[in-house]
Amino acid sequence: MEALFNIFVFPGLLFVAVFGLAAEYIDRKLYALMQNRIGPPWFQPVADFIKLASKQELVPEHADSFVFKMMPVIAITSIITAFLYIPMWGSNALFAFKGDLVVVLYLLTVPTLTYFLGGWYSRSVYSMIGAARSLTQLFAYEIPLFISILAPAMLADTWSLSGISEYFSVHPWHILFNIPGFVIAIIALLGKLEKVPFDIPEAETEIVAGAFTEYSGRLLALFRMAIDMELVIGASLLAAVFLPFGLHYGPWVGFGLYILKVLFIIGLISLSRTIVARLRIDQMIGFCWKVIAPVAFLQFIADLIIKGIAK
Amino acid sequence: MPEREFKIPIGPQHPALKEPESFLLTLRGEKITEMTVRLGYNHRGIEKACEARTYIQDMYLVERVCGICSHSHSTCFIQAVEEIAGLQVPKRGLYIRTLIAELERIHSHLLWLGVAGHEIGFDTLLMYTWRDREIVMDILALVTGNRVNYGMNTIGGVRRDVTTDQIPKILEAIDKLEERTKYYIQVGTEEITLRERLSGVGKLSKEDAIRLGAVGPTARASGVNRDVRRDDPYGAYGELTFDVIIDNHSDVYGRTLVRLGELMQSYKLVRQIIRQLPEGPISVKAPRRIPAGQAVSRYEAPRGEDVHFVKSNGSDKPERVKVRAPTLANVQVVAHMLKDGYLADTPIVIAAIDPCFSCTDRAISRTDIESGRTDRMDWPELRTYGINWYRKQGIDFSELNKKMRVLRESN
Repeated sequence: MEALFNIFVFPGLLFVAVFGLAAEYIDRKLYALMQNRIGPPWFQPVADFIKLASKQELVPEHADSFVFKMMPVIAITSIITAFLYIPMWGSNALFAFKGDLVVVLYLLTVPTLTYFLGGWYSRSVYSMIGAARSLTQLFAYEIPLFISILAPAMLADTWSLSGISEYFSVHPWHILFNIPGFVIAIIALLGKLEKVPFDIPEAETEIVAGAFTEYSGRLLALFRMAIDMELVIGASLLAAVFLPFGLHYGPWVGFGLYILKVLFIIGLISLSRTIVARLRIDQMIGFCWKVIAPVAFLQFIADLIIKGIAK
Repeated sequence: MPEREFKIPIGPQHPALKEPESFLLTLRGEKITEMTVRLGYNHRGIEKACEARTYIQDMYLVERVCGICSHSHSTCFIQAVEEIAGLQVPKRGLYIRTLIAELERIHSHLLWLGVAGHEIGFDTLLMYTWRDREIVMDILALVTGNRVNYGMNTIGGVRRDVTTDQIPKILEAIDKLEERTKYYIQVGTEEITLRERLSGVGKLSKEDAIRLGAVGPTARASGVNRDVRRDDPYGAYGELTFDVIIDNHSDVYGRTLVRLGELMQSYKLVRQIIRQLPEGPISVKAPRRIPAGQAVSRYEAPRGEDVHFVKSNGSDKPERVKVRAPTLANVQVVAHMLKDGYLADTPIVIAAIDPCFSCTDRAISRTDIESGRTDRMDWPELRTYGINWYRKQGIDFSELNKKMRVLRESN
C-alpha cells in the first residue's frame, strides 16, 4: 500500500506531474515577463494538457505503431523512477543505495532516447532530422554533464546522492569549490531539456517540431508532460548535488527549501533562454567539446586535488 | 546520419514561412546540395483586375499588393500615372508622401529585425522590436488614419495634410525610436550567439549580387552602391541629404547592419522633412481620363527597388499595369546563397531578403505530379475552368446570364 502511494501519489506520478506543470507555468511566466509580455494565466499548462488529451490521436501510416505509442510512456516512467532516488527534504532519498547517482544519470538519458526512437519511427523527414539531431546533441552535452556531477561525488567520496548531501551538510563550505561545475551543469541541462540555445532538435522554423512533428492528442500530451517532468527532475538533481543547504531543519523546512532551490534553477534556465539565440548543431557540438567539456575536466581535477589537500 | 541524399520540403506550408511558397531542399546530412524555388501559390490576378477598374480604384487595389510596403506600391503606381498625365504635384504633397515613405521604412525594418530574431530562435528580440514598432505604427495611424494600408495618396498629391499639432508627436516618437535602435545596434554587434548565427551565413559576393540582379538592402550588404532614392530621385529626396548605407560583410550579418543603419538614416530624413516642410496646397486636381501614353516608375521600397509600368489608352481605365515587386529580383539570389549552406540556416537566409511572396506572384504554373509536366493557362481557358469549377460546386450563372442578355436586348 505504501509503495503504491509512493509510486503514484507522493513523491511519484501525481506530485511530479503537478510540480512539472507548475514549473512549466513558472518558466513560461518568467520568460514572458523578461520579454516584456504578460504571459499565460496559472492554469494554462493544465488547460493545454487537458485539451491535448481530449484531441484525436493520429498515428502516421508508415510509422511503427507499437514503438510510436510506447515511447511517451517509457519517457514518463524512467523520469519518475529517477525521481525516487533524489533526496528532497533531508539528506536521505526515499530509495537510496550505493551508486544511485549513476542510476539517476542513466535514467535521465532514457527520455532523450525515447525522443529519438519516437521521432525515427514516425517516418517523416522532419521527425527523422529532429531525431538524428537529438542523438547528435546527446553525445555533446552528456559527457560534460556527467563529469560536472561526478566532480562533487569525487570530493564526497561516494556514488550515492544521499551520501553527497550528507558530506556537504557536514562540510558546507566545500560546495564553493564546485561553482564552475554548477554553471556547466546548468548549460548541459539546457541541452538535455532542449531549450534555447540548444533547442536545435525541435527548432520550429527549420524542422517544424523535430521528433514530435507527427505526435498528436494524448501521446503528445504525455510527451509534453515528460518534458515538464524532466525539467523538475533535472533541477532537483542539480539542487541535490550542488545546493545541499539546510537539510537538518526537519522535513517541512527542508521541503520548502527544496522547492525554492528548484525554482531558483528553473529561473536560471528561463533567464538563459531569454538572452541568447539558437545555435547551429555544429556550433553546439564545438561549444560543448571545446569549452564546456575541458572546463568540466578541470573541475574534476581540481576536486581531486582539493580532496588530497583536505585529507 | 548515413551519407544519403534526401529531399525536404520547406513550404508551401511551413512555420518558417509567413506566406505559402515552396522551397525544395536536397540535403546530404545537414548540408544543402541543391535547392529549387517554386513561386505561384499566392497569385491574385491584381494586374488583370487593374485593367477593369478606373485609375482611382486601381490606386487602392495596388496599395494592397503588399501589406507592409503598401505606400511604396501606390506611390510607384501614381508616379507613373502622373507622368503620363503630365501633372505637377505640389511641393508639400511630395514632402508628405516622402514622410510616409520613411515612416513605412522604419516600421518595415523593425518588423524585419523581429522576424530575423524569431527565425534564429531569439524570440526576445522579436518581442522587443515589435513592441517598439508600435510607436511608429501609432504615428502612422495619427498622420494617415490607418495602420497599414494608409490610403494617403491620390492622383496629383496626397489626401491628408500634416497638421501643426501632429509634428511634436512625430518628433518625440522619432527620438524614442532612435534611442531604441541604438540599443539594437549594440545588441546586434555585441551579442555573441546572434553574431555566430548571422556571420558567414548566406554569402553573396558583389559580382554575384550584380549578376543575379539583387536589389535593396540585400545588394547593398554585398557592397553594391545602388539606391533609387539617390540615383533617380523622386518625391522630395532630391532636396534631402542622407547617406546610402553600404556594407562589405556580404552575409546575413551585413544585411542586418545595413537595415539598422538605414533606420538611423530614416530618423534623420524624417527630421529633415519636418524641418523643411513647405507651405502650400497638398494636391492638384487630376483629370478622370488619362491621355494615351506609357511610363515606367521606380521607387526604393524598404525591400529594394520597386518598378511599375503603366500604359494608358485615353480612357479612365489603364490598358496594362505591370508590377515588379523587389522580392522577385531577390528570390533567385536565395537559391544561390543557400547552396552548400546548412539546413539550420535556411529560414534566416530566406528571411534575410525580407521576402514578400504574395507581392511577387504574377503567374501560376500547373505541375502534374505524376508526369512532372508543367503548363500554363491562357485567359479564356482559365475563365472556362472557373465557370466549370463553380458549376461543380452548385453555383451556376448561365441562367442568370441568359436573362441578363434578354433584358439588355429588349432595352
